[in-house]
Amino acid sequence: MMKKGILFISILALVISIPVNLNAQCKQFAKKSCKSGLAPYQHDGNYHAALLIEGEEAELYKTFYSDTDYRVGVCGANNLAYIEFKVVDSNGKVLYDNKLHDSEWKWDFKLESSQQLKIVVKVPVPDGQVEEPREGCVAIMFGFKEG
Amino acid sequence: MNYKLMQSGKITLLLFAFLGLLMAGCNRSGSKADKGGNGEFDVFESQVGQETQEKLNTAKRIFYSLPSPLETAMLIKNAGATYQESLLNPVDNSSKYITNKSMALNLGIYTTDLSFASLFDQTQATLVYIEVAKKMADGLNILDAIDEETIERLEANINNRDIIIDIISETLLNSSSFLKENGLEATATIVLVGGWMEGLYIATNLVGNSPLQDNKLVERIADQKLSLDIMINLLNETPDDADARAVLADVMELKKIFEKITITQSEVTPVEDPESNITLLKSESTINITRDVFNELSSKVKEIRSSYIS
Repeated sequence: MMKKGILFISILALVISIPVNLNAQCKQFAKKSCKSGLAPYQHDGNYHAALLIEGEEAELYKTFYSDTDYRVGVCGANNLAYIEFKVVDSNGKVLYDNKLHDSEWKWDFKLESSQQLKIVVKVPVPDGQVEEPREGCVAIMFGFKEG
Repeated sequence: MNYKLMQSGKITLLLFAFLGLLMAGCNRSGSKADKGGNGEFDVFESQVGQETQEKLNTAKRIFYSLPSPLETAMLIKNAGATYQESLLNPVDNSSKYITNKSMALNLGIYTTDLSFASLFDQTQATLVYIEVAKKMADGLNILDAIDEETIERLEANINNRDIIIDIISETLLNSSSFLKENGLEATATIVLVGGWMEGLYIATNLVGNSPLQDNKLVERIADQKLSLDIMINLLNETPDDADARAVLADVMELKKIFEKITITQSEVTPVEDPESNITLLKSESTINITRDVFNELSSKVKEIRSSYIS
């Protein structure tokens, strides 16, 4: 009876611990690795990070304001291939595609008029990959400075 | 013999339990490589099955981002605002906030006030507002968002605006990541709405009876129309949360007024400066807001903000 109890508790601890642990690591990853790369832009303080699987896409909607310089940074844990991202306006026009810029992880821009933009992020599946898809943390962070 | 076997079985199981708990408390480590950002990224990978992959391929993760209290304060300052301490939520009000909703709203409100004060180099107000922001964060059990070390670091650098702004950004990141990773997304959203509402309150009051035409602050206020659907979507993500529903009702009231403001925008054309590597998104916009609509908006913002701080 006692054996079963201990076994149950240990399996439960194991099952519960994995996502919590990965999420906590995602937070540390975003804070330590991605945020520092925003300098000299000031990080806005918002947290957008999640565990994504190869092949998975994410979208982020945000309003950007005129007379402000912005840096958007999209960072992926190093077990993933590079992260693809595009910036799209409200009419669906692609304003930036990092595939056309050597898979750059960041993009600096400013606006003449305020716009709501969409950041489309994809974790690509590496060419010729035969093994199981991998999962890793992807963070989207924004920095700003006075324009 | 049987007793020994039983003992060794127990030890094995206890070791297994210990291993499970150890994994709950420790981070996985692995190789490191730089893939963006400014540092080295820790590896933490897990393998997932093909079935999961197929399932996830059909779903898309959606994030909505609202201006943080720090960004809100910066936008107001850049639009030509002046510092008026009388517009901030008095710190004495902090003892009134005992519900989760009021603490979350006022964590946002006080953090906007803190950001506003620090951007105008108001050292005394900065010290006072970080204390009340900490009080709200502690009340919400947000661990280590603003600890004693943060306060000491802020005091030690009180005349260095860049470091102070960095500390505020760090506390915001700590709060939002803690809330989101602990399933408290509704609270994280309410904090942001509180901060956003405070910004709108400060901005509308600073405009007062000044002309609306060619007024940067008015332009900033009207721009908030662009964030309304993001806010509504965020609040709708937690439909079972009564606090989020109550805040959503307030935002819907504001939306009715914002709909009377027209913003027309031309096509956006990106133009990259190869020297600075900065892309300029060229476009023109026209904002149309009448005095009546502005007054209606100011009055509604005042009413909602008053209900949040009282």
